[in-house]
Amino acid sequence: MRGRTHPVEAVAAWLLALVWLAPLAYAFWSALHPAAYATSFSLSAPFTLENFARAWKQAPFARYYLNTIVLVTLVLAGQLILSTLAAYAFARFRFRGSGIAFALVLLQLMIMPDVLIVENYRAIAKLGLLDTIPAIALPYLASAFGIFLLRQTFKSVPQELVEAARVEGAGPLGILWWVYVPLARPTYIAFGLVSVSYHWNNFLWPLIVTNSVEARPLTVGLAVFGAPETGVDWSVITAATVMTMAPLLIAFLLFQRQFVQSFMRAGIR
Amino acid sequence: MTDAAVSPPVAERRAGSQAWWNAVNAWLLLLPAAVLLVAFTHWPILATIRHSLFITRRNGTEVFVGLDSYQAMAADPIFWKALINNFWFALGTIPTSIALALLMAIWVNRNMRGRGFLRLAYFTPTVLPMIAVANIWLFFYTPDYGALDQLRSLFGLGGWNWLGDPSTVMGCLIVMVIWKEAGFFMIFYLAALQQLSPDLDEAASIEGASRWYIFRRITFPLLMPTTLFVAINAVINSFKLVDHLVIMTKGGPNNASTLLLYYIYEVAFTFQDSSYAATLTVVLLILLSAVALIKFGYLDRRIHYQ
Amino acid sequence: MFARRTVLMAAAFTALSVAAARPAAAVDLTMYYPVAVGGPVTKIIDDMVARFEKDNSDIKVTAVYAGNYTDTMTKAMTAMKGGQPPQLSVLLSTDVFTLMDENAIVPFDSLVSDTAWFKDFYPAFMANGQIDGKTWSIPFQRSTIVLYWNKEAFKEAGLDPEKAPASWDEMTEMSKKLIKKDGSGNTTRWGVEIPTTGYGYWMLQALAIQNGQKMMNEAGTEVYFTAPKTVAALDYWVDLSRKHNVMPTGSIDWATLRTDFLEGKTAMMWHTTGNLTAVKDAAKFPFGVAMLPAKERRGSPTGGGSFYIFKNASPEQQKAAVKFIQWMTAPERAAEWSMKTGYVAVSPAAYKTKAMKDYAKGFPAATVARDQLEYAVPELSVHDNGRIYKFVNDAVQAAVTGSQKPQEALAAAQAQSDRVLRASK
Repeated sequence: MRGRTHPVEAVAAWLLALVWLAPLAYAFWSALHPAAYATSFSLSAPFTLENFARAWKQAPFARYYLNTIVLVTLVLAGQLILSTLAAYAFARFRFRGSGIAFALVLLQLMIMPDVLIVENYRAIAKLGLLDTIPAIALPYLASAFGIFLLRQTFKSVPQELVEAARVEGAGPLGILWWVYVPLARPTYIAFGLVSVSYHWNNFLWPLIVTNSVEARPLTVGLAVFGAPETGVDWSVITAATVMTMAPLLIAFLLFQRQFVQSFMRAGIR
Repeated sequence: MTDAAVSPPVAERRAGSQAWWNAVNAWLLLLPAAVLLVAFTHWPILATIRHSLFITRRNGTEVFVGLDSYQAMAADPIFWKALINNFWFALGTIPTSIALALLMAIWVNRNMRGRGFLRLAYFTPTVLPMIAVANIWLFFYTPDYGALDQLRSLFGLGGWNWLGDPSTVMGCLIVMVIWKEAGFFMIFYLAALQQLSPDLDEAASIEGASRWYIFRRITFPLLMPTTLFVAINAVINSFKLVDHLVIMTKGGPNNASTLLLYYIYEVAFTFQDSSYAATLTVVLLILLSAVALIKFGYLDRRIHYQ
Repeated sequence: MFARRTVLMAAAFTALSVAAARPAAAVDLTMYYPVAVGGPVTKIIDDMVARFEKDNSDIKVTAVYAGNYTDTMTKAMTAMKGGQPPQLSVLLSTDVFTLMDENAIVPFDSLVSDTAWFKDFYPAFMANGQIDGKTWSIPFQRSTIVLYWNKEAFKEAGLDPEKAPASWDEMTEMSKKLIKKDGSGNTTRWGVEIPTTGYGYWMLQALAIQNGQKMMNEAGTEVYFTAPKTVAALDYWVDLSRKHNVMPTGSIDWATLRTDFLEGKTAMMWHTTGNLTAVKDAAKFPFGVAMLPAKERRGSPTGGGSFYIFKNASPEQQKAAVKFIQWMTAPERAAEWSMKTGYVAVSPAAYKTKAMKDYAKGFPAATVARDQLEYAVPELSVHDNGRIYKFVNDAVQAAVTGSQKPQEALAAAQAQSDRVLRASK
């Protein structure tokens, strides 16, 4: 299959790629040209950053960026710590009930917090955390996916290294920190990228638990920005849309290989 | 634990009370994650079932009503509409995006000129927020001056109200979701393809087998576990993917594009009827559990955790 | 007994925490406001709030913009159930029954020193908020539906560019002349567009009123969707697209309709007067604004949002909220608000201010919606409004998309509404 490619196939592959990029190209076109050209394509249309300036001025996007960055950092930090500890327990300890416990963890792969919005809202309200960034993060901090992925990696750590560390006098946490964590680096990067892109893009739950600008992440900010009561200004909305996706897009273009490999690693079992 | 023999536990040499210490250590390590998992996954599942059997009066008291809410649900045409829509949405998006993903993976896996670019193009939609994607495609589908109708007008075709017509709205959303997801599934196929031995192909092509024959009889069967894995993921995704409805259609026109989770959102937070929302959520939980049973009960027997 | 003690303790705690947090005796108010974040309206509100705070240094108002009316209502109710309601909010004037049922709001009567204040406003705008002899809301962002027409298109079609259709038949006939097709028979300009998403119920009510039919009773417990004249109203609406071919088939989006009109894709549109200033600023052609055409009579439902004060607010907060609302609705501010947006100023006194008189002289369209108040009726408002709106909107969409006959669609909406409203009787 790795042999020569038939020209027809090559053309088809390229056509598909162009079709796949077209919506994005359109978004950039519309965001970078005056409103009058949003609906009529013309090569002579003047280039402008005006739409970005207007979107930036009209809504507190700086605050939204900050909220989203705080959110993904909080989620990622929590997930990494909790998943590491739990995965370590599952990978290297023999204890009663571990099989059932692991099955209960895996349940979250199927029934994610995303579908339990009604009850989780109740819980967050009871905790008095409504309209805060921790409220968005809490249901996601314990990640079955993270635990599963790290458990797989930890299991492949050679026993000799563990023994060597023990001989040097390391306790269980010392072994985790000095042996397991460094060896699982690629898994951490993979999980981190997947997690960051998931929570950067997450929408429904943040929409439900946040009300104010102070807690709202970018996605919710964009949705509220694009839901005007009386009419739509396409160019400004596409500019805001481009702003929302730009950081991830740029990161993706810069670290394309890592992204693809991370998603691959996260998917292989 | 079935695989304890393969990987010996950290401390087992001093038997007896050591086992007890082991368990304490393990549970302490598990505790933080366990608390949060129970609080935001397991407890809510049970609470949902309970709340579906009660209604809350205006003065705040809860009254047990048994299966009344389920009867109301059975008589609710919007619920059935949402359920059927979910079915068509899954059927429309999953096979096509899997087929496209496989095709993309095969292309990108070749020594084709510009494969880096191709991979980039196919994968990019995956990293974009659904909400942003919905904004862009909304403009695509806008009647008359939207990009799609402008394209059609080049061929002398008239405007069409894509999202405003029940006969086309679902199709439009399906196309968009395929665009968003195919690149994501491609990655899994790409990973699997790279693990296949190239010798197989070469051996087969020396035998003079046609390319299609090789794919059909060798590559595709070898990729079967990946296909099943992707399919399961896609099914789960199809139940929780509703962000675009908030922007594009609000489930309309006349509920033609509504999905179960979106209807739950509407009932719970717009109509403030949390007991009925709980009843609807139970249905969603049953559907997801069925998927889980298929996955853990049947499929994972072949590809168990290593 | 226990309940009362809890309440007392809660009150004491609230008092303590307020006192501790704010030594300067300042009152904090959170106000939910139904508008997309960004856009000119946010700026206008922010500016007014800032000026109010300058005049009243002991009150701090935080405006929270949460999207359209439905989104904002959802947010307000959700926040209330979560125990953190705002102290005041602008919400649809028609949400009053729902807010009362949820025990969320307090009437203004006991909060103001003189109830004569209520008489300052147009009675048509007060109607939705006055129930059982009490006043539950004060109008602010209020509107009626008006007809916008593109004078250039009228001229091109050989019509008098200064004369808008006055009756349904005239609108149909004019639309037939206004429609424009390209060489291959595709329509490039429609005659008229009436939006069907979001506020389909509002447009249907306008048509029903013009046909001489009320949509609900005053107690908000009955709806009349299957009355022959309501059905005839929807029939006419559907005929515009399916029989006369002057309106696009399928649903017409509320949010993008303004763009359609500004792009010249439709020669006429029905839309809120709240859009007026935005259309004025963006139109590249001369346009006119008229009252909606008549069948048996002229008419439009009122629309838009009013101020509500929430029950959970402390007495000081409620007093401060009233002060803020009185400031916002004073004639000069109401006039300023109307000029900057197009919404109807809520009191006759606002139209007597010099600024407003001058503005109307140069731009007569500014008073059309106000003049239409003479024919206006209160907007559809019943218990469990959110659900009823969905039923009507679904019925409208089912009819305009051709998936159901108007009679059928409205019968379904009526049956579903009856079931929901039974609980409120």
